[in-house]
Amino acid sequence: MVKPLIGLVIGIVLGTLTPLDFTGGYTKMFSVVLLVALDSVFGGLRAAVNNHFSDTVFITGFFTNALFAAFLVFVGDGLGIDLYYVALLVFGFRIFKNLAGLRRHLLKTHA
Amino acid sequence: MRRIFYGGWSITVVCAIIGFMLAVQFRSVRDSQSAVPNQRLEELSGRLIQVEEERDELAKQLEILQRESKAAASNEIVSELQIQAGATALQGEGIILRMDDSTRVAKSGENPNLYLIHDDDILRVINELKAAGAEAVSINGQRLIATSEIRCAGPTLSVNNVRSAPPYEIRAIGDRKSLENSITMRGGVAETLKVWGIQLEVSSAADVYIPPFKGTVKRVYSHVVDEK
Repeated sequence: MVKPLIGLVIGIVLGTLTPLDFTGGYTKMFSVVLLVALDSVFGGLRAAVNNHFSDTVFITGFFTNALFAAFLVFVGDGLGIDLYYVALLVFGFRIFKNLAGLRRHLLKTHA
Repeated sequence: MRRIFYGGWSITVVCAIIGFMLAVQFRSVRDSQSAVPNQRLEELSGRLIQVEEERDELAKQLEILQRESKAAASNEIVSELQIQAGATALQGEGIILRMDDSTRVAKSGENPNLYLIHDDDILRVINELKAAGAEAVSINGQRLIATSEIRCAGPTLSVNNVRSAPPYEIRAIGDRKSLENSITMRGGVAETLKVWGIQLEVSSAADVYIPPFKGTVKRVYSHVVDEK
């Protein structure tokens, strides 16, 4: 559990230090990407507790989902359809589902 | 569960990316909450882009028009402005007025000034002529322009800072009838001046020549600004 945590801390430090700012038109896209990334993490955790976690699946899922979500939001903006909300809904839903699976599994194994 | 605890560096990198994004997003949201609301920002940036496009389009149009007009139109404008400013000699139908001091001799105790032509007499005549639509006016060969003064200078009259003594010859280009009527109408300038015996003679002509303004116009104190 050490390496991922170290990565997370490094990322947070870098993020606070860099003067990067996503105000304006890119906030939407960035927030969707972030949500998708979080979903991937919870999905990965759930897979890990179910013992079918795979590096490649996790990493490819992480990047393709994030990129595709950003692309979807971009296209939605162009078409005048708010695919942003759709992505938020679907991935938010999935995060809670993954969380529920995680909780159930932990309850099953420890209680 | 084991594998994720001792997971490869790839997962570390992914976690770093997530941490990075989280931090950036937190900061962005915090910043944007203190600043202008997002929707307003998008609206404004949209308008800005639109206005900038409009501006560029107009600048292009302006450039094209300026290039097109540089040769033909600008010459036309310049010559028209020269005419309006009085820098060119003009000829056309109009009237010629001759004014001279009264031949009457002032009686004792009477102010002899009453029988002389004064600057305000000339001014009234000029005013009437302008009101009647005179396009160009000259007094004793001095073209009246926007900055011309008509001023008493001792026994003489100063126009465009050039002095001249009576008799005065006022020339005006315009509709002959209107100009003549504006001076000779009942209760008009001619009638008032005649009371004092001041000689005033109006003659209309088909070809009145009016000389150009020969002086220079200085502009020291005024400068062009945008209209307020």
